[in-house]
This record gives sequence, C-alpha cells and structure tokens, in this order.
Amino acid sequence: MAIRPEQRARSENRAATLQAPNTSLLATLAQHQSAAVDSLHRLLHEPLGTSMACLVIGIALALPLALLLFLQNLQSLGNGIDQHSNIAVFMQERDPAVLLRVQKMVGTRKDVKKVSFTTPDQALQEFQAKSGFGEALATLDKNPLPPVFDVQPATDKAEEVAALVSYLQALPGVEAVQADIQWLQRLNAMVVVARQLALLLALLLGVGVILVIGNTVRLSIANRSAEIVVVKLVGGTDSYVARPFLYAGLWYGVGGGIAAVVLASLCLWGMSGPVSRLLASYDSGYQLSGLGVSGSFTVLLLAGALGWLGALVSVLRHLRAIEPR
Amino acid sequence: MIKFDDVSKRYPSGQEALSHVSFQIDDGELAFVTGHSGAGKSTLLKLIMQMELPSSGQLIVNGQNLNKLTRRQLPYYRRTIGLVFQDHQLLFDRSVYENVALPLQIAGYDPREASRRVRAALDKVGLLSKEAQNPLALSTGEQQRVGIARAVVNKPALLLADEPTGNLDPELAAEIMGLFEQFSQVGVSVLIASHDHNLIARMHHRKLRLEQGRLIADGSKAGAH
Repeated sequence: MAIRPEQRARSENRAATLQAPNTSLLATLAQHQSAAVDSLHRLLHEPLGTSMACLVIGIALALPLALLLFLQNLQSLGNGIDQHSNIAVFMQERDPAVLLRVQKMVGTRKDVKKVSFTTPDQALQEFQAKSGFGEALATLDKNPLPPVFDVQPATDKAEEVAALVSYLQALPGVEAVQADIQWLQRLNAMVVVARQLALLLALLLGVGVILVIGNTVRLSIANRSAEIVVVKLVGGTDSYVARPFLYAGLWYGVGGGIAAVVLASLCLWGMSGPVSRLLASYDSGYQLSGLGVSGSFTVLLLAGALGWLGALVSVLRHLRAIEPR
Repeated sequence: MIKFDDVSKRYPSGQEALSHVSFQIDDGELAFVTGHSGAGKSTLLKLIMQMELPSSGQLIVNGQNLNKLTRRQLPYYRRTIGLVFQDHQLLFDRSVYENVALPLQIAGYDPREASRRVRAALDKVGLLSKEAQNPLALSTGEQQRVGIARAVVNKPALLLADEPTGNLDPELAAEIMGLFEQFSQVGVSVLIASHDHNLIARMHHRKLRLEQGRLIADGSKAGAH
C-alpha cells in the first residue's frame, strides 16, 4: 500500500539543509503584496461574476444590518420619550379642596418622587398651543379636559410601579390612570427580543456568507489546479499556494461589505422621508441615524473577516487534495 | 547525488512499477533512464520528486534521506531540484519572464536579484528577447526552452527531465540535449528519462535501462567520454 504524501509523518526531525531559508521580511511582504494584488486583478478581470458574488454577500449582510439599524433607531426614539414616562391620573373630581388633599396624600408616599397638578384651564392652553386644534377647541363652550395629576414614581421597578398604579386607581374621584412606563417597558423588551432575533439572523446569514465564499473559492481552486500543481512542484509551500485564495476571500468579503453598507443606507434613506413625516405628526423632530463612518468601517472589517474565513474553509478542504501525480 | 537502494514501488492497483532498483548517480553526472513506456521511467522520476513514495527501499537525494522527509520540508526539498516536463507545463496567464521567475518568487528572492537570475537563465536558453511574450506565442521548441530556464533559474544541484524531447523534431531535440550537457559540465547532476534511442545512442553518456520495473542494464561509464 503506497503512502500518500499527505500521510507523511509530521515529525519535527528536520534535516539541517532543508530548513526554511531566512527569507527577508521585504521578500515576504513582496509575496503578500503580489498575492493580494494578483487576486484582486483576477476578480476585477471578471466584473460580472465578481459583482454578482459581492451582491449576494451584500444582500445577506444588509438584511440583519438594516434590522439592527431599525432597532437602534427605535430604541433611541424610546429613550427620547423616557422623561414622559410618568403616571397620568385623570380626575373626575373637580373640587379644588379635594384635589389639593389628594395631591398631598399622594405626594407624601415613599414611592412617589413628585406630583404636579395641571388644571383644566392650563391643560387647555397647552393643548391649544401644541396640537393646532386651537380653533376647534375655541368653538366648545365648555372645557372638556379634566384636572390631571402628573405622578413621577420614585422607582423604575415594574411591580412597584404597578402597585402605585393600582393604589392611584383606587383613590376617590379618579377617572382613569395612564402609566406610560408600561408600554415603554414593553417596547424596550420587544426591542431586546428583536435584537436577539437580528443577531441570530446575522449569525445564520454569516454562516451563509462563509459557505457562498467557500464555494466561490472552491471553483477558482478547481480552475487553477494545473497552476497549483506546477507551483507545488517548484517548491511552493502550502501557505504560498493558499495565499491568493485567502486574499480573494478577503476581497469578496470586503466587496460584499461595501454592497451591504450601500444597501442598508439606501433602505434607511428610503425610510427617512415617511418616518420623519410620521414623527413630525407627533411633534417630534427625531432624525433617523445611519451607520456612520465607524459603523461602516466595522461592517467592512467583519465582512472581510467572514470572507477570509470562508476562503480558509475551502482552502483547508480542497487545496491539499491537489497534489502533483 | 542520487542513491537508490533496493527501491520498489507498488501501486494500490497491485502493479509493480519498480522492483528492487539500486543505482547511484554522482555529482555533475549526466545519465539517461531508458525503456519502453510503462517500464517505470516516470515512476522513478516521481519518486525522486516525492510525487510518489516508495513501497520499500531507501532513496537518498543530495544527502537527504527521503524516507525521513516531512510534509513541511517537502517544498524546500523540491526547490533543490529542477524539473523539466515533456509538455513544459508553462502557465499561459503570464509572460515568459513571469513563468521563469516563478520558482524565485516562491523562494522569496529579492526582486532585483530574481530579475538578474531570470535574465541569465533566459539568455542561457537563447530567449532573452522574448521575455515579455506570452508562452502561447512561442514555438514548441521555444516553450520547452522556457521550461528549462524555469527549471535551472534557482540553480538546482539536480536537474530532472521527463521525455524533454518527446514533442520535438530531431534537430530541436539535439539542441535541447546540448543544453543539458552544458548544465552537467558546470556541475549539475542531470537525469533524463527518454525513449528516443537514436538520440541517446549518439550521446556518450551513462544509460540506465528499465524493463518492467527492473533495472536490466546500467551502461555505467561504458560509453562515457
């Protein structure tokens, strides 16, 4: 039974004459440079195939990227309205003396930080100034707005806030209690869940990108098998043979990363018009935030690393099989 | 330079390509390996190149016992040998110059030193004027000479050639053989596998004759000089 070269013992017992020569740093750099430039040239030489591959990678990366951007915006929007997360207590009772007593009673509770009172007249003025319903409100002969206590809880724990809410609901003369903090907490919890989903999606699609690049590199290894044989016969080491393919994977990844950044930015740009109109109707001047320079750079870096990894998987699986026979 | 000690090679198919072959080639010696196709000539060269491993026996090349060669050492070992193929195995996606420079680039030579050596090797085979061309634009004989330039550019101590004149007419073949003789005269050991009997007969060098994997004649020094 013949022993194949790949089954060679990996003993460290080397003959002195066959040690790796002290290749100069300059020569090694020159090898890297020529491998990098050469593989880039090869990719640019087939613009259609290369751009298709980059687009596939870009779409796979843009999907989780756009989702994460959306969630990031949603969360900072939520943080923007955090200060309004007080409990609004709408009163049925209109007797100022009773209202004053209620305010004192609530204000002395330990779980309450501050209670402020808005009279129906104040509320009407505020409403007219803010919402643009001034004319419609002026036609009403009676102020429809109730007196409102704005209760700021001293705690942000959900169950304590819930206890405070039920206490407030049980007070005499209360018509309704509205706790903004609840939906905000739900929103935050949903964002956390969605972020987990987005990261999971990113993980799956990242594996997909590795496989796509691995397959592309496998094809180019197969196309260049004759060259690989010659290189191995004139003394090319495994890393020398692998280098151009690893650089090709890196370029595919970076190209796909650029496509992903462009696609995600396009999505955001397309959304920004409708979103700012929607937010303007809520009197918010919030602007969608994009990836930014450092964010884009991180995406390119990650995509490049994914590409390199994909090429490495392919190289490890297929390159050793090509031996001169 | 080369020492075969009772070397046998049996392929997984059961075919015995070489059987108990022993011989020795000295530094600077030029020798032919002859025999019909299938006699084991290619296997013998493949064993020296470590494209195949012997089933039994010991092989020492340039002081290196090949049984002890590790996978990591293999590329460095191969850099000490120049190999000329029958079908030259040039790469058509690059120029003549770049083809010849390949072994130097792999070995990490300084580009200026590499350039000097490539031009010297191309000059030696008479193709310096064609360095910028694509090998496809050259004649078969010229392509083979580019292949020889690539084999010697690294100044190997041993030059192997597998049917180097197989595709050439007699005149070109003689020219190529003349080149090999020149290399052996400057101290390079040359081993040429060939079945071109007419040509070999006219050259007075040692002939190792293989038949069905056995070394049946070793024209040791008989016709030399």
